[in-house]
Amino acid sequence: MPEYTLKLRRYNPESGQPAYWSEYQVEVDSERSVLKGILDARDGQDGSIGIRCSCQAAICGSCAVRINGKTALACNTAIGEAAEKAGPGNPIVVEPMNNYPVIKDLIVDMDAVHWKKIRRVVPWLLPDGPPPEREHIVPAESMIDITQSMACIQCGACVGACLSLEVDPEFVGPAALAKAYRFVGDPRDGQEAERLQDLAEDPHGMYDCTHCFACIEVCPKDVAPMSQIMRLRRRATNDFGIKDRNNGYGHEKAFTTLVEKYGTLHEAQLLPRSFGDGSLLKGQTEPGAVKELIANLPTVVNGLKSGKVSPRKALFHHKLPDQGNVKRIFKEIESKDERVELNLYIVGEDGAEEQGAMSEGGMES
Amino acid sequence: MPQHDVLVIGAGLAGQRAALAAAEGGASVGIISKVHPVRSHSNAAQGGINAALNPEDSWESHAFDTVKGSDYLGDQDAIEIMCREAPEEILHLEHLGVTFHRNEAGKLGTRAFGGASAARTYYVADITGQAILHVLYEQLMKHDEVERFEEWFTTALVKDGSGRIAGAVTRNIRDGSLQLFSAKTVILATGGNGQIFDPTTNALICTGDGIAMAYRAGATLMDMEMVQYHPTTLAGIGLLITEGARGEGAHLYNAQGERFMEKYAPNKMELASRDVVSRAEQTEIDEGRGFPDGTVALDITKVPKQRIHEALREIVMVGRDFAGVDITREPIHIKPGNHYVMGGVKTNVDGETDVPGLYAAGECACVSVHGGNRLGANSLLDTLIFGRRSGAHAARVARGMAPVSPAGEELARERELIDGLVSRDRTGRRVSEIKAEMGAVMDKYVAVFRDEEGLNTALEAIRRLREEAKTVSVDDKGNVFNQDVLGALELQFMLDNAECIVRGAIERKESRGAQYRTDYPERNDDEWIKHINLSSNGDGEPEVSYSEVTMTQWEPQERKY
Repeated sequence: MPEYTLKLRRYNPESGQPAYWSEYQVEVDSERSVLKGILDARDGQDGSIGIRCSCQAAICGSCAVRINGKTALACNTAIGEAAEKAGPGNPIVVEPMNNYPVIKDLIVDMDAVHWKKIRRVVPWLLPDGPPPEREHIVPAESMIDITQSMACIQCGACVGACLSLEVDPEFVGPAALAKAYRFVGDPRDGQEAERLQDLAEDPHGMYDCTHCFACIEVCPKDVAPMSQIMRLRRRATNDFGIKDRNNGYGHEKAFTTLVEKYGTLHEAQLLPRSFGDGSLLKGQTEPGAVKELIANLPTVVNGLKSGKVSPRKALFHHKLPDQGNVKRIFKEIESKDERVELNLYIVGEDGAEEQGAMSEGGMES
Repeated sequence: MPQHDVLVIGAGLAGQRAALAAAEGGASVGIISKVHPVRSHSNAAQGGINAALNPEDSWESHAFDTVKGSDYLGDQDAIEIMCREAPEEILHLEHLGVTFHRNEAGKLGTRAFGGASAARTYYVADITGQAILHVLYEQLMKHDEVERFEEWFTTALVKDGSGRIAGAVTRNIRDGSLQLFSAKTVILATGGNGQIFDPTTNALICTGDGIAMAYRAGATLMDMEMVQYHPTTLAGIGLLITEGARGEGAHLYNAQGERFMEKYAPNKMELASRDVVSRAEQTEIDEGRGFPDGTVALDITKVPKQRIHEALREIVMVGRDFAGVDITREPIHIKPGNHYVMGGVKTNVDGETDVPGLYAAGECACVSVHGGNRLGANSLLDTLIFGRRSGAHAARVARGMAPVSPAGEELARERELIDGLVSRDRTGRRVSEIKAEMGAVMDKYVAVFRDEEGLNTALEAIRRLREEAKTVSVDDKGNVFNQDVLGALELQFMLDNAECIVRGAIERKESRGAQYRTDYPERNDDEWIKHINLSSNGDGEPEVSYSEVTMTQWEPQERKY
């Protein structure tokens, strides 16, 4: 069996000493997990190594850690692959997750961050009225659709990897927002509008996500939290027309209006249009919008400094040579009664090749 | 000292359901779990939950299938209750928010499952247990009046002067402090004991804590020899491939490409009951028709790809991440592996054990609804029905009771034991070595096929390991998250479980359900339609007695699938 070196970030809160590193040599089959390596080290060499774990099958969600800097479950990361990623001669580095206080070694305080955020989104079904005599009759697709969020095992890896959370610890975060979609998308829930309003108006809510894809990348269950956040936004803006104080609505309108008009983003118009619900005129004339524009002057100055906007570009933004085609795409999509979403969770990663995958994926109505 | 009317130990499906029912019954409730509730092993129940909810189906049919599946060792009164109450429970879960699969009409849809005469398994893709567990936890968050003790490890049950249960001693894993909990009633919902076998589909937490604590407190254990080997587990690591795969149409083949179930169960084929399929596979493997890695093949490629992604999503991931196999394109190698214990703490249909005030529900209990062999998708049902009944009954009893006074010396005794363990210098073997030997012994001698000689060898080994376990030491001397100490305590719980399983298996001199004795290959209805009861005899061998199997309307018949 191949031998691997594990370098674990250790911390003993009772010692009064700062965190330190310990290295262990373990012999494990390359297909077995990093967790298996850690458990072998604990079983055979040092019983004091702390890591939460139980199922060893990526279903209990206990063992999220950082392996070579990337957040993952230790139980479904193959040790051979981890060693390859570490590079020849380097140990496999295992650390506790980011964005959480550490309790001991690889064990973090899930209550203080993850569960606190989950509780923020009122995480239980709020049906309208008393239950029916039998089951609720709901479209089969709606249950499959929210099963993607239901598949979340609350491992907290997305929270650990979230870049927005690093900047704003108050951000509701990817796991809790995915959980929120589980109720928003559930036709049995009677508080869809209230839930959306609440998370749209919260300055740390659904518009605090910066689309960095980190949560999608690290999620061991393909829950794709960011996609769920985008769905919350689409429902809030498109379906409920919620004009929130965070300008999430206006920002989305500004983006789509600009792309429809120019094909690419017109940076100089983005801010005024965002503050004017998508309209340039409104964004430059309404007192509230003007006030926000002025407050954002430092952003404009930064844009000018970095060359992202220039006076010339601001006045003469070019259109794409085949802008007509972009418009055609807009028209085509808007002509459909139902919003079509390709749900990769259902059809599989190569599902798009298959006949009918697009239409089968239309899970929202 | 925390005080409750009802103290639930374990927060999987049985525990959470019991806690919610007890709270609904007006009791003050505490729920203790050694892991966060959503980490519980109920997560692993993939395939679904049985109920005769369709108008064309009947609870009698479900009950008969369960009786037949149990090889006539299940108590028919308990089985009737479970099957009668199943439809209402499914609807209750649906109303709470479980995202059950729907048919085209938008109503609850079913899939086929092993040993069942109708498709009556309700499911959420192949994460049914997880979906229900998480929805119950949503309810627990909603009902904040239920006091949760998450990451607290219970070490012993405590009685009062009269011999009635009065609480438990529990260690707060976060800071290592030991607490005496006072409770008028205690419900054990601590799950199974699969970790005494290696490999197993069970999680590391499944160490039979509740079964051992009840046994030590004087409760009777029943049918402990009945240990289920699941037909489709990954070789080596023991991960589970849901029976739902076969329910969706997957076939089993030996290395010669034969669909061998034709020989063993010509009617139900791959969907015969689990004991039958596991024995068939093991026979193929033992007689040289398996693959060189000691497996047979499960071919899921027959199931349409879209359906696999929709209904067997988890198995796609298990195949990809843990076996390097794309199950939509190629067969996956599997073998029978330890999965479930039908036996446990003997209870009546309200969860009461024979220790006053002590209840048990779920896998740690033996009501008995599973008898010699549990049908797939009946375990979730068992946890919910008898979890609810235990919670409701315990609440009723506790409401009319004066406060209790648990014996304080129990706390001092547990503290002394743990302090002794932590301060001991290393002399004997490591916990992990003893555990590994136990796992290998159990999987070798107490598996699908058993005989007297092997079982005696196992018993001898387990007795020796029990002695060795008394002198283990630990590396971690700290208080915060000292998992080393917990591992040593769990080892002792597991060895108590193991001894009882082997003792029961030696005692039952016939083949019934999951117990197949090559030296007694026939089912013997004249002598052995009875439960084997085991009770603690201090440090000595468990004491054996028998109790009758309750029959209501189904006479034993030959069992064919």
